[in-house]
Amino acid sequence: MSSSVKKRLRSVRFHFLTILLGLIMIYPLVWLLMSSFKSNRTMFQNTFSLWPTEWDILKNYQSGWSGVSGIPFGKFILNTLIVDLIGTAGCVVFSVMAAYAFARIQFVGRKFWFTCCIITMLIPSQVMVVPQYIIFKKMGLINTLISLALPWFFGTAFFVFLIMQFIRGLPIELDEAAEIDGCSRIGIFFRIIFPLTSPAIVTSTIFSFYWIWQDFFQPLVFMSKPQLYTVSLALNLFLDPNSLNNYGGLFAMSIISLIPVIAIFLIFQKYLVEGIATTGMKN
Amino acid sequence: MTKTAFQSKRSKDNATGYILIAPWLIGFFLMFLVPMVISLYLSFTNYTMLNAPKWIGLKNYSRMLTDKDFWQSLKVTFSYTFILVPLRLAFALAVAMILNTKHKGLGVYRAVYYIPSIIGGSIAVSIIWKEIFGNNGVLMSLLGAFGVHQKVSVLGNPHTAIWAIISLGVWQFGSSMLIFLAALKQIPATYYEAARIDGAGSFCIFRKITLPMITPVIFFNLVLQLINGFKVFTEGYIITDGGPMNSTLFYVLNLYRRAFTYFDMGYSCALAWILILIMGIFTAVLFKTQDSWVYYEKK
Repeated sequence: MSSSVKKRLRSVRFHFLTILLGLIMIYPLVWLLMSSFKSNRTMFQNTFSLWPTEWDILKNYQSGWSGVSGIPFGKFILNTLIVDLIGTAGCVVFSVMAAYAFARIQFVGRKFWFTCCIITMLIPSQVMVVPQYIIFKKMGLINTLISLALPWFFGTAFFVFLIMQFIRGLPIELDEAAEIDGCSRIGIFFRIIFPLTSPAIVTSTIFSFYWIWQDFFQPLVFMSKPQLYTVSLALNLFLDPNSLNNYGGLFAMSIISLIPVIAIFLIFQKYLVEGIATTGMKN
Repeated sequence: MTKTAFQSKRSKDNATGYILIAPWLIGFFLMFLVPMVISLYLSFTNYTMLNAPKWIGLKNYSRMLTDKDFWQSLKVTFSYTFILVPLRLAFALAVAMILNTKHKGLGVYRAVYYIPSIIGGSIAVSIIWKEIFGNNGVLMSLLGAFGVHQKVSVLGNPHTAIWAIISLGVWQFGSSMLIFLAALKQIPATYYEAARIDGAGSFCIFRKITLPMITPVIFFNLVLQLINGFKVFTEGYIITDGGPMNSTLFYVLNLYRRAFTYFDMGYSCALAWILILIMGIFTAVLFKTQDSWVYYEKK
């Protein structure tokens, strides 16, 4: 066999394998999308098939959009967006500030606070939810959107860490040159560090948006009034076994809940792929 | 620089440093330290939120010894984590090695494999899994099409339900794959060339070069994913609600029920501290074993 034929064969084998795996990976999502087009009557006939025998696109999306418990689905989206925008804005800005301090400024107690920061990364938020619930209850914050944004608002160790790694990769000579030119610490931060760390900041912003958008545990604990529910909780409400007969609406709104996540991924793919890769590459 | 100028720079640095970390510091106290202290205190009390917390010493902790749900949740969470993490890492590494070649369309494959990782935690995905493995679900209908009719679905069988949830975890191998891929790309090509010249086979090269070179990344993934495994909640809550017969009663699900179904706040705080302890032990052990198998290249 000539080497070019061999190369050809290897290429065919490669694409066969990767496409097959890709199809398996993507099947559940395509199934959800196609099921959101099926009529409720035919939903569970040949469940595995992707092609609807009876189409009901408009009805499914309309009935899903009209919501649950008399609350339109748009309201759930609005609630989630409010929490997400406030939470993400605080989370990213305050994480960048802390990351810059930990990476570049020799202040007393830096090592100690940085260790504290790392510890918070190792302790899951789930174990904090009970005392947080009790505190929020005492402060009258239960059943407010603030209670959902607060745990994120002050920054997250993971982003502090991610951005810090990035800042450390920038040459310190930049800071020094700016300092000689009379730039203050804060000036350096805004004029040099902030613009140069933008890839890490974009990555953090997207992840923060994702995590808050998809968060389920905290809303489940902190929210009991349906008009304040987030998208995750609303989908859970759809699932209530006593009222679950509109699978079409449920699947349709599940698709709606995934659209922002996938759209952002497609737009910012490069940042996400590189951001994730660098998190693992530190020493 | 004169001494005073140096000192003034130092104190200026202190001020700037603390101004910059101030918001994070507030969050650290308000959202972390204070809740942790309250949680530790409550773990020694009987507290239902209706009465004031009543000090009962170590009773919450000793109660766990005979609490069947506690042991069951521990068993479920351990088997979930210790099956899922190696499976997912092995899969991620295998796919990363396949993708670490020169072919067309790599970017597309990478993106397709990665998408499940970003949406994996969402309720929508848990709903999909419920419908794939549940009654009248995708799997049952597919088997039915081949003439295999089963009475009980994967989710209805206490022996198999957890495997459906594990498969959801493996499906999200994408982010580990990306990290492995980045690590593989950093191995100098000269290492491989030298090994080839010495007559080493593919398997030998994998074992003697590829694997040692990526041990730091494997280590990092292992630590993160063990922690993540112990935290699993949403899947168990949505897909199986802990059932059937508590076969998917994850630790955090049990903790959640204790706290918000039974309002047994003191006991659930004690459960939280045991979880922290377990995770601490596993992380510490992993870090201790680091020297014997993780290879850091000298810079």
